[in-house]
Amino acid sequence: MDEKVTREIFPRDSRKSYGLVELMKKSAPIIRKEPEDTVNVWPNLLMIEFICAILVTVGLMVLIQFEHAPLRSLADPSTTPNPMRAPWYFLGLQELLVYFDPWYAGVVLPGMIILGLMLFPYLDTNPKGVGYYTYTERKFAVFNYAFGFSLWWVTIVIGTYLRGLDWQWYWPWSNHLEHMNPALVTLIPLHIIFMNWFHVSEGVGKLITDILFVGYFAVWTIIPMIVWKPMYKAMGLWRYLTFMFFFLSMMGVALKIVFRLLFNIKYVLVTPWINF
Amino acid sequence: MLQKLKSGIVESQIFKSIFRHGYPDNDLDRAYAVFTNVFLHIHPVKVRRSALRMRYTFCLGGITLFLFIILTLTGIWLMFYYTPYTGLAYRNIKDLQFVIFGGNLMRDLHRFAAHGMVLFVWLHMTRVFLTGAYKAPREFNWVVGVVLLVNTLILSWTGYLLPWDQLAYWAVTVGAKMASYTPFIGQNGPWGPQLGFLPTNDIMFMLLGGTVVGQNALIRFYVLHCVVLPLVVTVFLAVHFWRIRKDGFSGPL
Repeated sequence: MDEKVTREIFPRDSRKSYGLVELMKKSAPIIRKEPEDTVNVWPNLLMIEFICAILVTVGLMVLIQFEHAPLRSLADPSTTPNPMRAPWYFLGLQELLVYFDPWYAGVVLPGMIILGLMLFPYLDTNPKGVGYYTYTERKFAVFNYAFGFSLWWVTIVIGTYLRGLDWQWYWPWSNHLEHMNPALVTLIPLHIIFMNWFHVSEGVGKLITDILFVGYFAVWTIIPMIVWKPMYKAMGLWRYLTFMFFFLSMMGVALKIVFRLLFNIKYVLVTPWINF
Repeated sequence: MLQKLKSGIVESQIFKSIFRHGYPDNDLDRAYAVFTNVFLHIHPVKVRRSALRMRYTFCLGGITLFLFIILTLTGIWLMFYYTPYTGLAYRNIKDLQFVIFGGNLMRDLHRFAAHGMVLFVWLHMTRVFLTGAYKAPREFNWVVGVVLLVNTLILSWTGYLLPWDQLAYWAVTVGAKMASYTPFIGQNGPWGPQLGFLPTNDIMFMLLGGTVVGQNALIRFYVLHCVVLPLVVTVFLAVHFWRIRKDGFSGPL
């Protein structure tokens, strides 16, 4: 042992302070602070993690004293529960089935949410606000996240507390055992409203909705290009177009929810293949 | 004498072959303790004092990992008592509830840790978003994180079927029916029938191994829930953590 140590230029010594040193091109791992400002992970950080794990365990243990994992009657393909609720984290998507056809609410939209989330770092060109909480330096990014997930949580709350038999709207004070008369609400596609308003044929009515639908995406894509030129310049054409597609789709979902709840609009766009 | 016994153990060849350092009561051994340990070397040896402040990460990612570990342990325990067969699955759960010692405890822990994991993945994602931690050079780690989020949701959903009660059966029936509306490859989706997709060959059939939720669906969900998805999550977790170390921590660490 002693023989080994003498061969080393700096003998190992437990009374000395040790750390790993790394050579970096530009910035060292610890560059803004003096090395003396660092602490050992053992025990400082590990102790925090350990306490955290204990708190989570205790929290879980306390929780399961009051609430138990549910178990209903044996699966029965011939009896459908009414209402049939998905697990809470999918209730938002289930609620969206009220506003959109299943191919969109159940498949395409979730796919777009996942893809949009993945693309976000590549679409956000604002270099500010890394490593600290800030709203003022990145208002628009925070707005997007907050809006998207408010939609997610609001639909979950609606699905949990405001939907009853046949997935109809029930207030907490409504009679939850009585079926609502679905005939009270007539859902109409938007083009029929235009047909009645302007006394035009079905073809013209649909043409108006086609123009409004395409116009919504086109106009709102072009206006910010002119009004917020610096933002558009910073993003570049393709990044901007990708972002606007996702952004306007998200806003469109919110708009459709409002149209459906307030004006009983079934579809804003009807085509021979798909409807929105 | 105790001192002698202790030094006898600590200096023995066996002990030294396991722990390649002394007790971490000095800086050298503390450094060794972290970077010679496969589980601890996820950390750097030293961090800034300010990194000990909880109000940056709130430990959200760590809590998510911890819940995943709880889920793995309780899940393995539950597997000993569970048969993925439609005639037995429900009775197995009843046994866990009323017969098996600790059955309720493990099932409740598994269930609520699962809810917690979904919630904490989301909270962690919110924290990462609000601190701009997804920005360059960490864009791809955010993508890995979204993959983990999706996997967490699918894990929860596949586990939902296993008790084989009404809740399980219908949640999965409704969810699987969604798949049949997939454009191009679903029997009910736009352009699905036109491309020749029927109840017996579309994406929903592939998911369930049949036209309705039955024995084939149960075994598929069981294998996905207990083997495939946990493995996928573990691999992506490894990448997720590795990249945090390589890209550096976004905050005051």
